[in-house]
Amino acid sequence: MRDYISRKAREIPPSGIRRFFDLALTMEEVISLGVGEPDFSTPWNICEASIYSIEQGGTSYTPNRGIQPLREALSSWLRDHYSLSYDPDTEMIITTGVSEGLDIAIRAVVDPGDEVLVAEPCYVSYSPCVMLAGGIPVPVPCVERDNFRLNPDRLMEKVTPKTKALVINFPNNPTGAVMGREDLRGVADIVCDHDLVLISDEVYSELTYGGTHVAAATVGDLASRTVTLNGFSKAYAMTGWRIGYLCAPREICDAALKIHQYVMLCAPVMGQVAALEGIRRGEEEKDRMVREYRVRRNLFVEGLNRAGLKCHRPEGAFYAFPSVAATGLSDQEFAERLLLEEHVAVVPGSVFGCGGEGHVRCAYAVSRENLALALHRIENFVSRCTGAPAAVAPSRERV
Amino acid sequence: MDEKDLLLLQLLEENSRLTNEEMAVMAEMAPGDVAARILALESAGVIRSYTAVIDWEKAGNGEVSAIIELKVNPERDFGYDRIAERIARFRQVRSLRLITGAYDLQLVVTGRNMQEVARFVSEYIAPMDRIRETATHIVMKTYKENGRTFCEKEGGERIPYSF
Repeated sequence: MRDYISRKAREIPPSGIRRFFDLALTMEEVISLGVGEPDFSTPWNICEASIYSIEQGGTSYTPNRGIQPLREALSSWLRDHYSLSYDPDTEMIITTGVSEGLDIAIRAVVDPGDEVLVAEPCYVSYSPCVMLAGGIPVPVPCVERDNFRLNPDRLMEKVTPKTKALVINFPNNPTGAVMGREDLRGVADIVCDHDLVLISDEVYSELTYGGTHVAAATVGDLASRTVTLNGFSKAYAMTGWRIGYLCAPREICDAALKIHQYVMLCAPVMGQVAALEGIRRGEEEKDRMVREYRVRRNLFVEGLNRAGLKCHRPEGAFYAFPSVAATGLSDQEFAERLLLEEHVAVVPGSVFGCGGEGHVRCAYAVSRENLALALHRIENFVSRCTGAPAAVAPSRERV
Repeated sequence: MDEKDLLLLQLLEENSRLTNEEMAVMAEMAPGDVAARILALESAGVIRSYTAVIDWEKAGNGEVSAIIELKVNPERDFGYDRIAERIARFRQVRSLRLITGAYDLQLVVTGRNMQEVARFVSEYIAPMDRIRETATHIVMKTYKENGRTFCEKEGGERIPYSF
């Protein structure tokens, strides 16, 4: 029999954590810091809006771009919050999560053989999406001594005449790094000088703790060459609803829309209705969740450093990215042994690309009680590795 | 009152057993600052008391609660205040509010059983001078109290790993 599997499908790497996933499912009492999603359920007013809409028969296709009221609401929300200016009729598409937005953005601008710079560590789908589009992903490492920000000098080293686009994600998964206006200016110069497209995944934008998020498209002359991706999964605790949005200059948006209409047709209407309620009346609930993540970050990062795992203070998203160097283990060994010996699930940093090795990603979007318990177990594990005295058990009801 | 005060109040309302040190880490403050602010909030009467939310039904002490609404003739110069203050002094009255609508005051009363609650209302509250009418509603089941839900439904199952 022939090998029916396409070369591209064979070439893209499988998920780096399948092994851990299977292992964790067989174990009991696992505290998972491995999930990149809020532990909150979607705010109830958002669910109610969607339930009501289903009861009214709202179960059909929507326009390819998404429902008009949602695009209009988003357009003014983006203007008010981030000073972004996008026409809801020509420069915006509601997508099935940011995942789809990323895919169609890349496919809209990448030709076979084009090089696409990917700021790593990053979400695992960027490079495979570039490969599926026939492009060549070129990683640009964001390293710990730059606080995991994208350093223009390192970026410059990777630019070639074949470079077509740059993909960035700040606030960053997995490092929690944030880029301020000044940080982005250096990147903007290079992107403009070399006539590149910037694809900026800003899905964690509302989870920025020290100040307001800076949208890449508002920096320098980036607006005319930037695709802004965002969505509802993280800030509104709506991961399962699969609603994101793509904003771009008309030319790019039109191209992405063609791909979107053939592969997706439209984002699910139930999710779009829910998202509309979120953007209209979800602000307070969202702010309450963000406040809680910030409290948890403070507790968790302090705890990690106390446990002997050096961790910079992440300024955004809900991930801590400590170094495991003190244990003498690689990030893979650390994650595997921590799971087996202490039943705490974290993700090895190398899964997220270069710059991530030697670190592990811990999602702190879990209850304070479980965070305290996880910290206690991590502390025990680290002291076993380093020979330091073991930690005292936390009283469970305390935090 | 600033943002830091507000955060401390929110943290305490969720869990009043937090120590100053724990709150200091959570709120990005110095422990001494936390202590000083809480003392100030206590002396200003913003923090009234530290308490626990208890599911008495689960504790099995068999107490019953009733919501009692009262129509009251207000008093010249004092309005509802003096009568409300008198009613509030009864140990059996757990909460008391002045409300809009058909009735004026709303009480939550607890007692060992229904008879005790009914007796309390008929012997102490109803006969008071300015009370014109009472309506007693026995609480059958509590679903949520002080922002805490009592029904123990788990959220959807989360997968252990995702990106």
